Amino acid sequence: MQKFQKDMRIVANEPIGERYTLMSLTPNDGSRLPIINPGQFVNVECRESKSTFLRRPISVCDVDYEKNQLRLLIRKAGPGTESLCRLRDGQTVNIIYPLGSGFPEELLPERKVLLIGGGVGVAPLLYYGRRLGFRDIECRFVLGARSKDDLLLLEEFEKIAPVEVATEDGSTGTRGFVTDCPSLNDDKYDIWAVCGPMPMMKAVARIARSRDIECYVSLENKMACGLGACLCCVEKTVDGNQCTCTSGPVFNAATLLWD
Amino acid sequence: MKNPVMTASGTFGFGLEFCDLINIDRLGGIIVKGTTLEAREGNDYPRMAETPSGMLNAVGLQNPGVEVVANDILPFITQKFKTNIIVNISGRTPEDYAQVAERLAAVDGLEAIEVNISCPNVKQGGMAFGTTVDGASSVVRAVRETWPRTLIVKLSPNVTDITEIARAAEAEGADAVSLINTLLGMAIDVERRRPMLSTITGGLSGPAIRPVALRMVWQTAKAVKIPVIGLGGISDADSALQFIMAGASAIQIGTSNFTDPHTCENVLDGISDFCQRQGVKKISEIVGII
Repeated sequence: MQKFQKDMRIVANEPIGERYTLMSLTPNDGSRLPIINPGQFVNVECRESKSTFLRRPISVCDVDYEKNQLRLLIRKAGPGTESLCRLRDGQTVNIIYPLGSGFPEELLPERKVLLIGGGVGVAPLLYYGRRLGFRDIECRFVLGARSKDDLLLLEEFEKIAPVEVATEDGSTGTRGFVTDCPSLNDDKYDIWAVCGPMPMMKAVARIARSRDIECYVSLENKMACGLGACLCCVEKTVDGNQCTCTSGPVFNAATLLWD
Repeated sequence: MKNPVMTASGTFGFGLEFCDLINIDRLGGIIVKGTTLEAREGNDYPRMAETPSGMLNAVGLQNPGVEVVANDILPFITQKFKTNIIVNISGRTPEDYAQVAERLAAVDGLEAIEVNISCPNVKQGGMAFGTTVDGASSVVRAVRETWPRTLIVKLSPNVTDITEIARAAEAEGADAVSLINTLLGMAIDVERRRPMLSTITGGLSGPAIRPVALRMVWQTAKAVKIPVIGLGGISDADSALQFIMAGASAIQIGTSNFTDPHTCENVLDGISDFCQRQGVKKISEIVGII
């Protein structure tokens, strides 16, 4: 897939609570967005951040080809992402995109997909669920968060497919983790797509493996280039060390040397 | 070489990773990832930590081995790109280096190799050779016997006196030296009370190391007669010109390729603007004027 480096104009940068922002971007030169697969990411320059140096890899949360916009859900994790949260409408950010592999889309119509997200990891699942909807593939979301206020974009998810929720404090949905939700404990869904904190992804992948369910996980290994050149973001796989930025970020969990 | 701007080993893959984003044919050369006799898996993750104005890496020479590079990759990229391809090589023993060089000597269109005696991220070989005169001499001598074309030796900054290593390389027949490789460094995640890198220490690169690199290039250029290739934190035309004035006949751009893949092209444009503005007809007029 061809990669591009583009200045993008911020159409909107809407804070969600204290710790997140939803940023909508459109190419500043008016060019059309390329085809972006769900699960792919963009590498964003943090020009306004004086103390950081590298770009920040951010999953594509959603794409609206009619408006020619893509959306990024960004968590304030440090000075780089904080600087992105401070940007205003009309400013530009430089991105390299679309990067990495995506979730599988060429599915037989009888397949049923469970999309399991935790924290800011829900981001790529929104776009994936939307695309599966276009293909009439049945899917359901299972979203986990610390508490009710940390559930991100819930209304948007509900527009696409049914949603099950788990919160650690029990403020809404199932009390506990996504692994406690009903859909992870029946065999209706035969593909699981997971994005969230590493312990959560490992726990989900373990259950999937024990029940012989095809499971895809989206990793967020630290990376420098995002292009497969620096070899920093490697993950151990059955095929040796693979770059998360090019062979991933989405991997079939069965290929990873976890546990 | 069409111009003095190259990419540094380990920061530009085999060029293919960047060819959607920049016009590689404009570059003076690309130096491909460190290649060893056998394929290597490199170090465990995490291999990278961002630091002020730079980054630490501990990749550890992950590469597919010289057979794959020579058979499958070099014939393709030497055809595809209209620029000089230079292969960076590494090994555990001088004989390893010599064998890699010998295999590469059979590759058409490969005019130069860069001998890495300065990788800080491998347990055996690498930097161990680059920190003593005897070690550096033994590697360069061995490679000189099997490699007939241009031989560049990449030097480690993790030494007391880089000029004596440069002189040793020159005495053994190196055609040029490139410097500096990364500086040995370290970072700690205090919340988790653990080192940021799986190897604890790693190689520091980026603008953070630029003044150190510039000083070493200046010292080395005064100490040897062979050309000096400068690198270490070059991110724009101004920093590239500083290295040239300090004595570098050519420069390499490394870590800045990660932050802006267009860095090399911007440096080329900036150097030509400078030359026009200052009435410089050839770069050689300003090499080593300090």
